[in-house]
Amino acid sequence: MFGKLSLSAIPYNNPITITAVGGAVLLGLVILGLITYYRKWTYLYKEWLTSLDHKKIGIMYIILALVMLLRGFADAILMRSQQAVAAGGSLGFLPPDHFDQIFSAHGSIMIIFMAMPFMVGLMNIVVPQQIGARDVAFPFMNSLSLWLTTAAALLVMVSLGVGEFSKAGWSGYAPLTEQQYSPGVGVDYWIWAFQIAGIASTMTGINFLVTILKMRAPGMKPMRLPLFVWTTFFTMLLVVWAFPVLTVDLALLTLDRYLGMHFFTNTLGGNMMMYVNLFWTWGHPEVYIVILPAFGIFSEIVATFSGKRLFGYTSMVYATSVITILSFSVWLHHFFTMGSSPNVNIFFGIATMLIAVPTGVKIFNWLFTMYRGRIRFATPMYWTLAFIVTFAVGGSAGVMMSIPPADYVLHNSLFLIAHFHNVLIPGSLFGFFAGFYYWFPKAIGFRLNEDWGKRAFWCWLIGFYLAFIPLYVLGFMGMPRRMAHYDNPAWHPYLLVAAFGAAVILLGIVFQGIQLVVSIKERHALRDPTGDLWDGRTLEWMTSSPPAVYNFPKIPIVDEVDAFMDMKGKNVAYRRPDQYNDIVMPKNSAHGLIIGALAFVFGFAMIWYVWWLAILAALGMLFTVIARSMDEDIHYIIPAAEVERIENERYRQLGSIAKRRPTDEQTILEPVPEM
Amino acid sequence: MITTDASTIDIACREEVEHADTVAIQTFGFWIYLMSDLILFATLFTTFVVLGGAYAGGPTGKELFDLPYLLGETLFLLFSSVTCGLVLLALHDGKKKWVLIGLAVTFLLGLGFVSMEINEFHGMIAAGHGPDRSAFLSSFFTLVGTHGIHVTFGLIWMAVVIAQVAVKGLTSPVQSRLMRLSMFWHFLDIIWIGIFSIVYLTGVV
Amino acid sequence: MSQAFIDSTGASIGSLKSYGAGFVLSLVLTAIPFVLVMSGTLSYPLTLAGIFSAGIVQILVHLHYFLHLDTSSAARWNVLALIFTLVIMALFVGGTIWIMYDLYYRMM
Repeated sequence: MFGKLSLSAIPYNNPITITAVGGAVLLGLVILGLITYYRKWTYLYKEWLTSLDHKKIGIMYIILALVMLLRGFADAILMRSQQAVAAGGSLGFLPPDHFDQIFSAHGSIMIIFMAMPFMVGLMNIVVPQQIGARDVAFPFMNSLSLWLTTAAALLVMVSLGVGEFSKAGWSGYAPLTEQQYSPGVGVDYWIWAFQIAGIASTMTGINFLVTILKMRAPGMKPMRLPLFVWTTFFTMLLVVWAFPVLTVDLALLTLDRYLGMHFFTNTLGGNMMMYVNLFWTWGHPEVYIVILPAFGIFSEIVATFSGKRLFGYTSMVYATSVITILSFSVWLHHFFTMGSSPNVNIFFGIATMLIAVPTGVKIFNWLFTMYRGRIRFATPMYWTLAFIVTFAVGGSAGVMMSIPPADYVLHNSLFLIAHFHNVLIPGSLFGFFAGFYYWFPKAIGFRLNEDWGKRAFWCWLIGFYLAFIPLYVLGFMGMPRRMAHYDNPAWHPYLLVAAFGAAVILLGIVFQGIQLVVSIKERHALRDPTGDLWDGRTLEWMTSSPPAVYNFPKIPIVDEVDAFMDMKGKNVAYRRPDQYNDIVMPKNSAHGLIIGALAFVFGFAMIWYVWWLAILAALGMLFTVIARSMDEDIHYIIPAAEVERIENERYRQLGSIAKRRPTDEQTILEPVPEM
Repeated sequence: MITTDASTIDIACREEVEHADTVAIQTFGFWIYLMSDLILFATLFTTFVVLGGAYAGGPTGKELFDLPYLLGETLFLLFSSVTCGLVLLALHDGKKKWVLIGLAVTFLLGLGFVSMEINEFHGMIAAGHGPDRSAFLSSFFTLVGTHGIHVTFGLIWMAVVIAQVAVKGLTSPVQSRLMRLSMFWHFLDIIWIGIFSIVYLTGVV
Repeated sequence: MSQAFIDSTGASIGSLKSYGAGFVLSLVLTAIPFVLVMSGTLSYPLTLAGIFSAGIVQILVHLHYFLHLDTSSAARWNVLALIFTLVIMALFVGGTIWIMYDLYYRMM
């Protein structure tokens, strides 16, 4: 009846796990209780869970990402403390069995459930506004992607309390992940979480590609697109063209495990190297998927806070396109030591080194943008500067490892761990933090406290160096990755420093929490009534903060790169149209939420071999999709009068600011006939 | 698309957007999906090419494949592709009755294809040549089966569209769905060309 | 009404003639490889060449006559997306086969 599921699946005899589970369940109950107490269920359901508004979907993505960041970071703290104490004869406090689950969960969560949702969240909030659109091309599919991603993240969370997670690393190499060596449900949790999230990502990719290609405002020619839109475009190319490979790779592993096939087994002709090959065919583009959007964010921020147009805009676009293509031709560098001939290794080694060239172009462009600019040092700029320096270090380590003989020495050591954290943390996470601080006022309506933001930043930056530079040294000393305990006393001091670094980062996260609380308390003082807090250059700063549901009452017409700066220069940025029209927007829909919930049930049932439930959930999803396709009443109309009311309120606000800044008065108050 | 195109300008005043643009955006999005599906099949083909010689002492393609039977499957799919195209012609002329007849014929032809494939698989598994026998058979069943599952989903989709045409008539969402369904169907026929060339014919030579 | 939307979708619907031509060509191009393999008259490499060239031509026939891909501006993005797909496929299919066969020979 319940497949492999029984009460023994709950790890009640493991104090660490059960404490974590208890805490999580308690926290969940408190949140649910508060929602019930304040009678917010209807509000939550109507305004958020079923919303198809790209801005709200974006905010929900980021909330998911921040929650998963906490979970992934908790794993990191556990690993660092384990390695700090498990020296010499001590086995530490985590049994190897548990330690293996922790590092697998950490990698899986940080890439798929932290970096990806964070990135997609920022894109959702910003991209439609930057291209002058009212929503994405397929608002319903957007909501569906969100809920599938959430369902997948929930599967990972549930694995903590019901059963176990994979012990085979985030990359899940076969044949270790085959039934023979991993008979438990851990690998199945990992497979289904990745599979569901991967399908959601593919849909997001299609959605944004079509949005960027087909929904741009008039005059928004390709070479006038903001850099973040460009990097989103190339990222989504990578998503749509790389994720199917992951889908297949996981599906083949699933068939091996569930139906006894022989793709990656040791016996009957299976080829385990094919698994590794397919995994990294997706895995390398995935690295660029999480880094390219951050490059776009840094480009926006550097230009805005230097008060200059981005240096080398065109070269930036071409550099991104070169990285996009090259990222499909370097995947073998993840397994140089597999035993390929020197010809194969050196081909992929050289291709890898080549990527440093367009990346270098970008670094120089950012530096030249700042050169002779009037730089304002706000929090987003701090993260950007830290990124440029730190990423250059990590990138150099990468060029080193792209030399196959060097890789033979460094592979699978902590040097590798140091390298990829040194590119992914500044290159991806710092970028998303920078974007978070940059666009938070736009999405929410008030900015975040700068003092706490800077304190958090310094903790993150110093903690990062303390945590990861020792790992480079340990790599040279020969310490392999993923060790639950070790007996070489020479490694111990470095691991203590690394653990201290993790603690400093923890302090940074605590400060970020304080920053949120403090800023919410001071929200009235921190409010941004202009919609253009940072003197922005691109169209998202033209809307109010937070933007009206339709973003733009009239679709703007673009005739320059940095369109909004251009309009401000010509004194037309705040022109009042002489009349408003009705606006058609997508209606809320619960279908995405329902399909997400059913996908969770389906995944859970497949993991525990509860076949009848899996079949029911699959049929449920199919019928929900059909039901959605039957529904033709999917739009609602905002009447012109309502638009006018909202806009009048905005102009009243702008006017009261303009009284304090007389130079702008004319621009704002004088009604001008339509362009 | 160049931004001066009618479609983008119309977005500027969405209230006046004709369904033409919605259809264009949906069709284009679906094309992108097909491209990602093409990568999915390319991965399966590659896996087949890599593992296709790993018989592990089990049967080879030469012993298993029945070419006249394969020709039958191929013709079912090819005929259904043509009838699917004719459905679009009927749609263009607004002939609801012929749309329904064309879809029904396409559905039956597709059903014939799927039935033949199930029968073929069943025969192989019953003879002990199932997907767990060797890596070659794993990759064979998975590649051909994935195509078969796609066709099956196409059939479910077609059944839904037939019902929608019958009940709602040729409304614009239904028309848009028909356009995409036909793209899907032609795409699957193209994948099938790859399958009979690379898997079956090459395996028998 | 339907005329308008079909013209702007980038996937025009063709005509009876184009479907007929596509059908006849496909039949011929299916028959050629089947006959080549079943009769077994040609040598192995020549038969393979026959199968693959007939297959590729038939795919082009389907793209042209059934999916109506051409160089018109309406279909341009569709064609570009297809070309990009083919480039990525060439990189990844070619790369994978190269890597795996290289490995195979080294392990013999």
